[in-house]
Amino acid sequence: MLILQLLISGIAQGCIYGLIALGFVLIYKGTETVSFAQGDLMMLGAFGGLVCMTLLGFPFWLSVLCAIAGMGLFGFLIERVVIRPILGQPAFSIVMLTIGIGYVARGAITMIPVIGTETHTLPVPYKDQIWQLGTLVLNVEQMVVIAVTALLCGGLYALFKYSKIGIAMQASSQNQLAAYYMGIPVKRINGLVWALAAAVAAIAGLLLAPITFVHANMGFIGLKAFPAAVVGGFGSLPGAIVGGLIIGIVESLAGFYAPEGVKDVAAYVVVLIMLMVKPNGLFGESLRKKV
Amino acid sequence: MRFIFKTDYSQDIRLAKHGGHLFWYSLLLLLLIAAPWLVDEYWLAQLTFILIYSVAGLGLMLLAGFTGQFSIGHAAFLGVGAYTQGVFTGMGLPFPFALALAAAMAAAVGVVVGLPALRLKGIYLGIATIAFGFIVEEIFARWESVTGGNSGMHVKPPDLFGWKLDSAGEFYLLCLIITVAATLGILNLLRSSTGRAFVAIRDSEISAQSMGIHLARYKTLSFSISAALAGIAGALYAHKLRFLSPDQFNILQSIDLLLMVVIGGLGSVHGAFLGAIFLISAPQIIALSKGYLPTFIGQAPGLQGLVYGLVLIAFVLFEPMGMYGRWLKVRTYLQTFPFYRKGMFKRQKSFQKSDRLR
Repeated sequence: MLILQLLISGIAQGCIYGLIALGFVLIYKGTETVSFAQGDLMMLGAFGGLVCMTLLGFPFWLSVLCAIAGMGLFGFLIERVVIRPILGQPAFSIVMLTIGIGYVARGAITMIPVIGTETHTLPVPYKDQIWQLGTLVLNVEQMVVIAVTALLCGGLYALFKYSKIGIAMQASSQNQLAAYYMGIPVKRINGLVWALAAAVAAIAGLLLAPITFVHANMGFIGLKAFPAAVVGGFGSLPGAIVGGLIIGIVESLAGFYAPEGVKDVAAYVVVLIMLMVKPNGLFGESLRKKV
Repeated sequence: MRFIFKTDYSQDIRLAKHGGHLFWYSLLLLLLIAAPWLVDEYWLAQLTFILIYSVAGLGLMLLAGFTGQFSIGHAAFLGVGAYTQGVFTGMGLPFPFALALAAAMAAAVGVVVGLPALRLKGIYLGIATIAFGFIVEEIFARWESVTGGNSGMHVKPPDLFGWKLDSAGEFYLLCLIITVAATLGILNLLRSSTGRAFVAIRDSEISAQSMGIHLARYKTLSFSISAALAGIAGALYAHKLRFLSPDQFNILQSIDLLLMVVIGGLGSVHGAFLGAIFLISAPQIIALSKGYLPTFIGQAPGLQGLVYGLVLIAFVLFEPMGMYGRWLKVRTYLQTFPFYRKGMFKRQKSFQKSDRLR
């Protein structure tokens, strides 16, 4: 039973990584840029939810919707103001830009006098509840994470595969010039992609908040989500979740069976092995133009 | 306007292109040598840090700016050099030997990172180096018998065959000598065939391969030289701070190094120095201006991160060539006055080329 318990907590942790990795893959699939700001957007979403619930006193569902909508708008604004001017420049510039956005987000939150510098708990209705299934103890918070991740992944997968907007997003990431020729409003689509990724980050933040509490350095979990995205394959949405699950389970097992300290680096060892063996990840697409 | 009339092939690759270069750089060197007698101890310490970070920046500039391999885990090499220096100085080895060992150790680690990195491009290389940086940091923390783990390690002052360099001025001059040597080394490397091979790899790997450049060899060479320079910088860092702990070499330090190189100007040796000046002077300037800002902005803890982020975003958006690029534009304006045209350095509007289908 112990191993089942370890697996379930690993799956829950993995779903959190997967959720953030989902944001990365979303931006990559839509605009082929890698965004290091996803973790910090998640932190902003969690703080937004906190402000809605405590300061403004909204009921739970209204706060969640407000936080998600607010972050979506914020993502759209970021794209409009910061990312759009350098569309077409080398990928490294955009990566540095997103690192800068992360710094600004962290700095701005820490500057807010009382709220920013302390650790808060998010008052969610399912806090601290437990389900007992025989000898298995299931944390409701973790179950909610798993359920929402599955739904979100399914929804986004359907968006990309079956809807016109999804196909337009993929087209503008694969060959921007051709997308322009086909009449796809590339700039608007990019704004939509960033808004969607920020909203996913907000959902991740609201789900993560009961487990890790809301504080300014929450975003560093985003760095663990990168291995998840790479293991699953950068262009694949189910891959992000699967990658996250693998990393979560490996971490959980390493925490119990491996010597001290291996747990923290387990994710990175896994990603290094993956990059050696199969650089495109488990579900990654390997598109190559023959010279 | 200055016209350089070339009559000889060697004039193409001369380090000092004309008399003006020679004059100004000699003046700079004289001022730097005279610094221990001109400035007080606090600013001398800051100058030493600028020199140390410049050496690390030279390493990263070689790797990222000149070979196009973006490493987001460079602090790991800094740490390897620092800990090696600390351990061997603690064992009683004189400074030059310990420095050579630190550089060699860091270079070996650079090869270990570089070899698997041969197959990886772009973001995958970045993630591999991040992963590597985390693993090395954890190794520093867990390998307690050698590195002292999380409680840290004390480092003795440098010992040049019996002459202990205890004072700030002496250590500063040692750093200056090493920095000048490293800069001359990098400049010579860049005007040699190896340096041209590096730049060719950055510009187009397929073309470089077609011209007969052995990609694996040159990429690994770039990684190891870059890591060796970072190791030397780490060794000096260890002596300067006298105390090492694993969290001084974490991802934030790596991102600081990258910030330094990007803001300084990617692809130029000057950029490493300008970036180091920015990195060391930014906290000072922020601290100085706290008095002039309203309290709720000035006393906030997050101000430094916010300013770094804003400066980085501003440079990437408006000045992609960095601080050196801005100087280049000013210099070109002055050199070609009054014939400077506004569009001389205009960025080409381009469509995004997909990395996957390249």
